[in-house]
Amino acid sequence: MVSFLTFPKGGVHPPDAKELTADLAVEEMGLPAELEIILAQHIGAPCTPTVARKDRVGEGDVIGEVAKGLGVPLHAPAAGVVKGFGMSAHPMRVSAPSLTIKTDPDAPARQYQKIDWQGLGKEELLKKVHDAGIVGVGGAGFPTHVKLNPPPDNPVDTLILNGAECEPYITADYRQMLESSGEIVEGARIILKILGIKKCLIGIENNKPEAIRLMSEAAAAASTDDCRIEVRPLQVKYPQGSEKQLIQTLTGRKVPAFALPSAVGAVVHNVSTTKAIYDAVALGKPLYEKIVTISGKGIKRPANLRVKVGARLSDIVEYLGGVTPELSKVVMGGPMMGFAVSSLDIPVTKTTSAVLFLAEDEIDNTPHSQCIRCGWCVEACPMGLEPKEIGLYVEAGRPEDTGRFGVFECFECGCCSYICPAKRPLVQFARLAKMKAKHQ
Amino acid sequence: MWTVAASLLPLLILSVFIFGIQTLIITGVSVLSCVGVEYLSQKWLGRPVTVGDGSAVVTGMLLAFVIPPGVNYLMPILGAVMAIYIGKHLLGGIGYNIFNPALLARAFLVATFPVAMTSAWLPPLENLAIFSYLGASIDAVSTATPLAVLQEQGMAAFTAQYGTAANFYTDFFLGWRPGSIGETSGLLIVLSGLYLLYRGYITWHIPVSVIGSVALLTWAFGGEALFGGDPLLAVLSGGVLLGAFFMANDYVTCPTDKTAQLVYGIGIGALTVLIRLKGGYPEGICYAILLMNPMSTVFDNWFKPRRFAPPLAPAGGGK
Repeated sequence: MVSFLTFPKGGVHPPDAKELTADLAVEEMGLPAELEIILAQHIGAPCTPTVARKDRVGEGDVIGEVAKGLGVPLHAPAAGVVKGFGMSAHPMRVSAPSLTIKTDPDAPARQYQKIDWQGLGKEELLKKVHDAGIVGVGGAGFPTHVKLNPPPDNPVDTLILNGAECEPYITADYRQMLESSGEIVEGARIILKILGIKKCLIGIENNKPEAIRLMSEAAAAASTDDCRIEVRPLQVKYPQGSEKQLIQTLTGRKVPAFALPSAVGAVVHNVSTTKAIYDAVALGKPLYEKIVTISGKGIKRPANLRVKVGARLSDIVEYLGGVTPELSKVVMGGPMMGFAVSSLDIPVTKTTSAVLFLAEDEIDNTPHSQCIRCGWCVEACPMGLEPKEIGLYVEAGRPEDTGRFGVFECFECGCCSYICPAKRPLVQFARLAKMKAKHQ
Repeated sequence: MWTVAASLLPLLILSVFIFGIQTLIITGVSVLSCVGVEYLSQKWLGRPVTVGDGSAVVTGMLLAFVIPPGVNYLMPILGAVMAIYIGKHLLGGIGYNIFNPALLARAFLVATFPVAMTSAWLPPLENLAIFSYLGASIDAVSTATPLAVLQEQGMAAFTAQYGTAANFYTDFFLGWRPGSIGETSGLLIVLSGLYLLYRGYITWHIPVSVIGSVALLTWAFGGEALFGGDPLLAVLSGGVLLGAFFMANDYVTCPTDKTAQLVYGIGIGALTVLIRLKGGYPEGICYAILLMNPMSTVFDNWFKPRRFAPPLAPAGGGK
């Protein structure tokens, strides 16, 4: 079972801290009284609401659409009445336009029937994926139907399912692989059909033997001569789940800087996104729920929750019995790439995969000191960049000069900040440099 | 930094048994002066005080390790001012200093007190009488270092003083020879270095390239005939081992890239041998490192890490 398959350059080994939630089955969170749904849930244009104040909506009804540009529709996560429109707290953008639904606790949950999708054509399948509002739920939030329709001059031959889940603490993908392995593999077959290819590789890190076993069984059962689905166990190393690193690990191909995976004939989808594609196509169920890992020593009861999009962090805290006195920091996302938040009013979106309530002993608040040029960050950077130089230039007030150290190839994995012995916030410096460059 | 300081402690303890208790006093004076000067410098310069990071302690220990065991106790104090105030803080502060502070201070002391710095060598103690040099007249007991004997009087005199190869290899390896306070024991330096290597604080690149190039070049050019030199003697005498494991690879003053570090190490080794064989000083590692230090920035521009993959179009870039 031990595999040494991994990417060659850089990477770090943070403690994985998954034991807090790995054995906890996904549980349905109770319906909050209100859902606050941010209109911009994905990369591209934000949705325009298609409902008005006081309108009654049913579970799964379309409530927003993108008229022009890149985007997918938005659906009501539960039955209720549109309470109004406003601004919501947002982990990255400070605040973002949203609409609020006052939920109806008495409305029965909507039921979905499985259909036979085998007879549908590529266009029909793509439309179902688009109409169900599917985006890459692993974090980036890129509209999925676009990724499933690569430009014709870049023929794709391999589908890669990302089950690496290399971020510490998070077990949402792991639980889905245990509990829905059959659905994920069926989702993979749908994608293979849309792309018109036959080969699918599923990358899972060694520290999830149970997921590797179940997914391998499901993959073997679904594989035919026309479609080969295989699980590839991977060495545990962060950031194994990064798209470019995963493609390199599994195919040996390197995606050029600033290019999409289709440039080397690959398409990567997260296992949770694949499950959402299955739901959309086989069940006709839009994406309005997320499996979210709630973990850390700062929450009374860690859990893997099925949460309605729009539920506020405060609802989750209340459902799980509150926070502990040790709570020191709340992070949306994993500890490596996530964002610390200052308010519990922030609602869950389609791309939320974890909310961490970290205690004092789980974080490092040591103030950072001067760079001593030890070069550990350069060795840890999986993209071959020079984080120390980027940090020095940003500190010196010259963020515009960081391009030559590769700041635009940085995908913000955080290996540099993790490894830095002087505790320098290197990935934050890089984010700042990119933001400054963008606003010039 | 505290780990580095701890890894230097065995060398200090051994030096007490080789040269007597005054090595402890010199090192103590040096460490306290460095810490004091660091504190005062940062206060004067209006910078945050970072004495607690341990780097001044390491500089203090290394400074004591590269001066002779028979010097006046004022020497390490002057050295500390040079190392910490001028070498470290006036040249940019931690992370920015161009030269290794301890070696810069040593070069300063050699230039300022040439007699003391090149003659206050003590012969190793017999019977571990560690207090015997205390208060003794240094002129009465001082001796020459093996490299000086070799350079000034030749191999015959060297053999007369230190015995045949079998004898002096063992003595030199254990540390029983005249030399600077912390440079004599090859065994302990290598063990401490291996410990730092095991802990991941240093990598093999610079130590191996420095030691390897000194050995190879001495073997080639250090003897009567071509390839007649003694590489083992070259490495065990003088400060090559201490320099290779604890000074040449100082993070701040060495290049970042691993290939650059190999080239840098070879440069230090080559300059060391050049100074030893053709220069006026018997030992060259100190100046070799100081001469290569400013090249680090240049090397950092020449040797860049390899990017994951270049963009498709050459003009690509930016968002």
